[in-house]
Amino acid sequence: MSADSTTATFDDAPRSRDSAHVHHASEHPRPAILDEVNPARLPRATLVEHGRSFNWITEKICGIIEGKTPAWWWVCFITAAFVASWTVMGLIYLVSTGVGVWGHANPVNWAWDIVNFVFWIGIGHAGTLISAILCLLRQKWRTSINRAAEAMTIFAVVCAAIFPVFHIGRIWFAWFLFPIPNSNYIWQNFRSPLEWDVFAVSTYGTVSVLFWYVGLVPDLAVLRDRFFNAGKKIRSWFYGLFAMGWRGSNRHWSNYEMAYVILAGVSTPLVLSVHTIVSFDFAVSLLPGWHTTIFPPYFVAGAIFSGFGMVLTLMLPLRAVFKLEDLITQYHIDCMCKITLATGTIVGYAYAMEFFIAWYGANPYEGFTFINRAFGPYAWAYWIMISCNVITPQLFWFKKIRRNTALVWILSIFVNVGMWFERFVIIVTSLARDFLPSSWGYYSPSVVEIFTFFGTFGVFSVLFLLFIRFLPIMPMAEIKAVTPQADGHAHSHH
Amino acid sequence: MSQLFPKSANKLPLQIIIFLIVFAAVVTAATTYYATPEYTRVGYAPVQPVPFSHALHNGQLGINCRYCHSNVEKTGFANIPTSQTCMNCHNQIKADSPLLAPVRASYESGNPVPWIQIHQVPDYVYFNHSVHINRGVSCVECHGQVNEMETVRHEKSLSMGFCLDCHRDPAPRLRPLDKITDLNWTPAQMAEHDKWAADFIARNKIAPPQSCTGCHR
Repeated sequence: MSADSTTATFDDAPRSRDSAHVHHASEHPRPAILDEVNPARLPRATLVEHGRSFNWITEKICGIIEGKTPAWWWVCFITAAFVASWTVMGLIYLVSTGVGVWGHANPVNWAWDIVNFVFWIGIGHAGTLISAILCLLRQKWRTSINRAAEAMTIFAVVCAAIFPVFHIGRIWFAWFLFPIPNSNYIWQNFRSPLEWDVFAVSTYGTVSVLFWYVGLVPDLAVLRDRFFNAGKKIRSWFYGLFAMGWRGSNRHWSNYEMAYVILAGVSTPLVLSVHTIVSFDFAVSLLPGWHTTIFPPYFVAGAIFSGFGMVLTLMLPLRAVFKLEDLITQYHIDCMCKITLATGTIVGYAYAMEFFIAWYGANPYEGFTFINRAFGPYAWAYWIMISCNVITPQLFWFKKIRRNTALVWILSIFVNVGMWFERFVIIVTSLARDFLPSSWGYYSPSVVEIFTFFGTFGVFSVLFLLFIRFLPIMPMAEIKAVTPQADGHAHSHH
Repeated sequence: MSQLFPKSANKLPLQIIIFLIVFAAVVTAATTYYATPEYTRVGYAPVQPVPFSHALHNGQLGINCRYCHSNVEKTGFANIPTSQTCMNCHNQIKADSPLLAPVRASYESGNPVPWIQIHQVPDYVYFNHSVHINRGVSCVECHGQVNEMETVRHEKSLSMGFCLDCHRDPAPRLRPLDKITDLNWTPAQMAEHDKWAADFIARNKIAPPQSCTGCHR
């Protein structure tokens, strides 16, 4: 009764129930607790520091492309191209010899190839999260990292696609993956999550490229005009070709904003669906250690975790080399570290929950699988995974660590090592100990496999180096919109 | 930026889209026509070492398929006759014909006549002739009307789709076993063929495999 009267006092509206009491209360209004309401001021973080002007931003970002190719770029590029050649040679050898050049053998018929596929696909997720979900949630700090993160997504999908495509062995039959009518009447098994994967990943790749490209159009037009004015007609022509006649008119911007929001809406489910479907590759099977309902959220969290690890790995050197501290501020690094911390904690929780369910579910096979993971022949991989994925992100609780850029960079590499081992632990330990003890085995990668995998870092680096050399690494217009001087309401009190 | 691109560039996106649509249509049509077994296999009729006419021997003289391809009902493989089979008749008939010289040479040496194989399923396909013959699938279903061919030609596509068409719905292609080698026989010559076929399928438990391992063992 007393609670009811309190409510009535606050909203001061007569109620049919207990109206006498309300009448009594309205005659004696409760005295205000405070004389004056004075809410705490919570200033928004500054996203562009030192009051940099619009012109400074344009010059800074275009200057990276317009300047002379730095020596370090050539050193990195040649090294990356050399490393990438390992993948190329490994794949040529595989196609000309057969898929047996990889180390798969019964019972472990999915190993590094699928590990690497899931690893690279997972890395891509941060780009989509930043470009789609953070866009819809109006997280303005995304602007200075989204372009590079989207590029990272696309290049990661390229690296990821290599592995399942070449794992089919006879690469010239890769078109069997797609429902193309043919005289063999070969048709896809749409009940297989592997087929869902084909569509999930190809959709993801397509939408990511579209998103990236739409965002690039205004910046390409800027470069077109700048090169034209500098008298470099050929470079101007190429940027102009891809700028598709952008003039920056009001109508152009209006259409652009609409297209961007629509693409953000389309991409948002993809952030969650792609890795969910990748996890179905395992969860839909009946193998202990794979057949669990926790897999989709656990995989998505892991993907974003690894993706942000990779964004940090890439952005921190860029920030240092190109002196972008005013655009990628400590606040940006804090935000990325905190997302890494949050998703890393979810991943750690999932590891614990897997063990709990293995015990609570009282399935001896499930129980054995998890004991085997932690203490079996692959225990070394399991403990690398735990130390990198559970312990490393917890360090991001400390401001001191988040402010130490070099340390953050090193920790971000640990995150990626850990996430690679997570996939290795899930895939290989479960397969190596299947239902029949007589078929148990131990998997080791072949030399070809090792070189093919490490070569993909070269492939990724080659693409990323070309990106930072020829395309604007940050969206200029979007950054200008989040500068303090762009905010017309900066000094008004809401 | 009229200095950079001519005004006609405004039409470029539309032109590219139209080109891609036309290109995709042409590639699809060309692949469908030229790159499927309907084109690549059908019509293959190599010149054989001996101009043996099925139209004469089977069509006019009425020698049964199984006189020469004698194991077709009993084994998976439909044999090519040895030259001894030819010489059963040709030691009397046209015994001196120069066209039959390779047959006589083979008869004497014991080396087979180098016939050129026309119908061939890939190595990864298991095909058993006797199973089909003994379940009412006639020669004509896969080989066409050989009884009318002067030179044997590849008549049907023999693609996997061709096999599956029948495996999914065998009834219209089945016939009584005594009509197996009658290549002119059609189901239309039989009253209530579909009723007979349903009964035949039930009696003989005909269930053609549609799983991968049925043929790819």
